[in-house]
Amino acid sequence: MKETTVKERKPENQKHILTTLFFATLYLSTFTFGGGYVIVTLLKDKFVDHYHWIDEEEMLDLVAIAQSSPGAIAVNGAIVIGYKLCKIPGVLVSVLGAVIPPMVILSLVSVFYDAFRTNPYIAALLGGMKAGVGAVIASVVYDMGGNVVKTKDWVNIVIMLVSFCASYFFGMNVVLIIIAVAVFGLLRTVLEEKRRTKG
Amino acid sequence: MIYLKLFLSFLQIGCFSFGGGYAAMPLIQEQVVTLNHWLTMNAFTDLVTIAEMTPGPIAVNAATFVGTQIAGTPGAVAATLGCILPSCIFVTLLAFIYTKYRNLSLLQGTLASLRPAVVAMIAKAGLTIIISAFFVNGLISFTRENVSVRMVLYFILAVVLLRKVKLNPILVMVLCGLLEVSYYTVTHVIHI
Repeated sequence: MKETTVKERKPENQKHILTTLFFATLYLSTFTFGGGYVIVTLLKDKFVDHYHWIDEEEMLDLVAIAQSSPGAIAVNGAIVIGYKLCKIPGVLVSVLGAVIPPMVILSLVSVFYDAFRTNPYIAALLGGMKAGVGAVIASVVYDMGGNVVKTKDWVNIVIMLVSFCASYFFGMNVVLIIIAVAVFGLLRTVLEEKRRTKG
Repeated sequence: MIYLKLFLSFLQIGCFSFGGGYAAMPLIQEQVVTLNHWLTMNAFTDLVTIAEMTPGPIAVNAATFVGTQIAGTPGAVAATLGCILPSCIFVTLLAFIYTKYRNLSLLQGTLASLRPAVVAMIAKAGLTIIISAFFVNGLISFTRENVSVRMVLYFILAVVLLRKVKLNPILVMVLCGLLEVSYYTVTHVIHI
């Protein structure tokens, strides 16, 4: 995939990207029920599959940065995408887009809290949406996991399975998993390079 | 100066909540309930419920809720700013380092190993949501009362719409929500 950087872009093009970025994060943030990974999945759908502004490998690297940093994954995810597409202006625009919906909604909810908490229609809507959210994530994981399996790199497949088990069955902290895999990856790269220079 | 206090409290939450979501909860509780007495424990439990029912990260939701209760909208803005400022600085810095040194073979090799782990983390988050949707009590046990057949049907429908019809994911999510609202209306409101 062609590498596009800010330098190559014309100003009006950048303005277009900033506008798209703002409305995309605003829109996606309004619908991110169920945690930060949902918005990450939706950002991938929009910017990787729909606009082709970021390639899938880069997206996964950016997600790794977002989830191993302090703070909310949804906000961090918006920051990395914003930075990748438009540097600092991109960061400001995407953070604003990501933060406005929860702020507006929570302000309203804190005023009408009692009515909101006991409303059965809202409970039904949110309950049903959970099934849809699960399907969206399952579909993305199927694609991305399929790509890992397709490479037939057995070490990568084992990394995927082991980190899933560590996280799901043993409840290991996400940051610890990321650090452990990063150290392993670093050692693996160093060893491979040594072998190559020797041979 | 209440705005500054709100800002600094949530700045600490933003700095030290690694791993997102539930990892931030004990930090928020400490700042908001134990140290500053801005919310009672009951109100904090309510806040967690609201945060789960509404979109957005729990830390931002908490900042808005607490800020509004304590000092109105300016309070909400001060608290939210504090909560996202550490992310903005730290993550931007990492993104800068990444885009600058992306082509170094050492960084590339490390990232190549990291990618499958990221896929696994997303899979875990998805599975957790699916289980809490499919099983009424949130635990995997296949008894007649505990498995929500409706949710399984919505899930299958959603997968078909996403993969075969290629429908927009947000539309699919909202559609599942509306189906459940219709079901509730039919069974509880229109008595048949």
